[in-house]
Amino acid sequence: MTQPLKSRGLTRRQLLSMSAVAGASMVVGAGFVASGNAAWALETTAVKPESMATLIQMARDIYPHDQVPDQYYAVAVKGYDSAENAEKVEAGIAELNAAAQAAGHADYLSIGWEEDRVAVLKAIEGGAFFQTVRAGLVTGLYNQKEVWPIFGYQGESFSQGGYIERGFNDIDWL
Amino acid sequence: MVAKFDLNDDSVVVIIGTGAGGGVLANELAQKGVKVVALESGGRYLPEDYINDEWESFTQLAWLDARTTSGSWRVAKDFAGLPAWIVKAVGGTTTHWAGASIRFQEHEWKALSTYGAVEGANLLDWPIDAAEMAPWYEKAEAKLGVTRTGDRAGLPGNNNYLVFEKGAKALGYKEVHTGRMAINSADYDDRMACQQTGFCFQGCKWGAKWSAAYTDIPRGEATGNLEVREKCHAARILHNDEGKVTGVEYFDADGNLQFQKARIVSVAGNSFESPRLLLNSASSMFPNGLANSSDQVGRNYMRHTTGSVYAIFDKPVRMWRGTTMAGIVQDEARHDPSRGFVGGYELETLSLGLPFMAAFLNPGGWGRGFTTALDHYENMAGMWIVGEDMPQATNRVTLSDAVDQYGLKVANVHFDDHPNDVAMRNHAYKQGIAMYEAVGATRAFPTPPYPSTHNLGTNRMSEKPEDGVVNKWGQTHDISNLFVSDGSQFTTGAAENPTLTIVALAIRQADYIAREMSAGNI
Repeated sequence: MTQPLKSRGLTRRQLLSMSAVAGASMVVGAGFVASGNAAWALETTAVKPESMATLIQMARDIYPHDQVPDQYYAVAVKGYDSAENAEKVEAGIAELNAAAQAAGHADYLSIGWEEDRVAVLKAIEGGAFFQTVRAGLVTGLYNQKEVWPIFGYQGESFSQGGYIERGFNDIDWL
Repeated sequence: MVAKFDLNDDSVVVIIGTGAGGGVLANELAQKGVKVVALESGGRYLPEDYINDEWESFTQLAWLDARTTSGSWRVAKDFAGLPAWIVKAVGGTTTHWAGASIRFQEHEWKALSTYGAVEGANLLDWPIDAAEMAPWYEKAEAKLGVTRTGDRAGLPGNNNYLVFEKGAKALGYKEVHTGRMAINSADYDDRMACQQTGFCFQGCKWGAKWSAAYTDIPRGEATGNLEVREKCHAARILHNDEGKVTGVEYFDADGNLQFQKARIVSVAGNSFESPRLLLNSASSMFPNGLANSSDQVGRNYMRHTTGSVYAIFDKPVRMWRGTTMAGIVQDEARHDPSRGFVGGYELETLSLGLPFMAAFLNPGGWGRGFTTALDHYENMAGMWIVGEDMPQATNRVTLSDAVDQYGLKVANVHFDDHPNDVAMRNHAYKQGIAMYEAVGATRAFPTPPYPSTHNLGTNRMSEKPEDGVVNKWGQTHDISNLFVSDGSQFTTGAAENPTLTIVALAIRQADYIAREMSAGNI
């Protein structure tokens, strides 16, 4: 899971003083990615932190929900940070950055507009890397119980006796 | 006292599969004093075990053994190894089914006579009709406790239904109600009333929905005539020199190969596993597989013409609350070729939780076109299309080159839509979208079919042996002591959810088998 900054011995001020190499919302340090507002940090062990930041941005661009904070996208892709996956992830990120460069950008994370990043994703969407990341997100993102309330979804109701007395037919605007 | 039969006891009926067909047949025979060994590839899960979480439940209950797919259907691309969403457990897919229990319409028993020949379709009349089936339907409705049959009241409508009903009435539809459901509207047969919990697909934790897992199976076991062997996977049906089946070879829970002798064998493993088993049982006497002199085993696979319509409104619906499928429009179920297709379809309420909506709304979809739909999940309503699809000889289950964990060749499922299927689906999408627009929907989604839940037709029933695999009793034309008891015996699919018909056929078949055994004919 994402961890508090304190466990990395970083203060909020130190973090905010670091250059925001990962676009507007994330910062990358030695062995970690953190949110720009210092709300969370994700340690990386096998994958380069820049690559993890790119992967998190890519995840958001594939399934953009403006009301869902980055940390849930980070959780959705953190499993790629393993010795087993590292080589494929780095190759995939290299493919993504190459596509960004072919479109005239420095790299994927440097692209300011979402629609320009999406154009780059379109160029690689037929490939195995994109499809693996996209398919993984379907469960990795949407099956996080912590995300459900953001969409209004209530999950199980058996423990509360179902909805028979809790609004199964409470629609009031028809 | 649960029975335990010897492997060498050749007086037993061996039933392969314990779902709507096999589970009901097992209990009905046991009640009549017939000794039954039921082989079930899955484990036993009861209401306290069910998990109201879509993916966790899927992992617990779904059939995830290998299958392969081919053909132009979108499932082969999006869910290549998962052609069906059905269950591997005691009680089979009766744990997962939504409970919709409607009889075939009279003309649907005679599809070929009613529709006439349709190019590319392998239509055939059933060798039975509505009058023949009426008393068996009545028994099935009583067994399942179907609402709006007998003196059983309908279920109350949930939010998703209320939106659906208003749209249907705005379009002038007349046959609109909360369905004939095997979900109790009041306590019935030792099962409690529905608590509007949702998660009907994940196994009903209240037991309000009928499932063989906690009705027919334990009741059969209580007679002392039924032994259910869990986690036992049938590998091959063997026969003697006279061409009669002698028993079933299976892998037991420890993976050891066993052989259970039998007087009669019934295959009820669903429309993929049943033909697969018959094909995998090929021998020198039956080189094309058992009961396959017609070459119809595995052919005419039907899955209903399905699809969903979801729509977004400017205010909340919260469709996931309450009974998943208690809502139906039946006006389009009629046969009316002026619509551009033969046969008809039902529209039924349906909801998915957020995790499954993400997986099934538009498989493979991404970007804001996709995510803005989910952003309004709370304001979404949904319905499912169930229509009669055309049997086609080339839509079929064959043996794949791939093998399962036992080294047995797996089923390959090939499917292409017939032009009639496409025309019907497009008509249903249009009507479904119009219903929601009449209630003020701001955006609608014609969602493609999910992995199949209604799998039918691969051992079809026919009057003549050359046209199908089984006769009007589900008895194979070729081998008198080999039966088929699941949805694979469907000659045509009709527009209705199939479980009630499978149950009615199983009750009727039990009566026939017991009678023929008493008479010494089998």
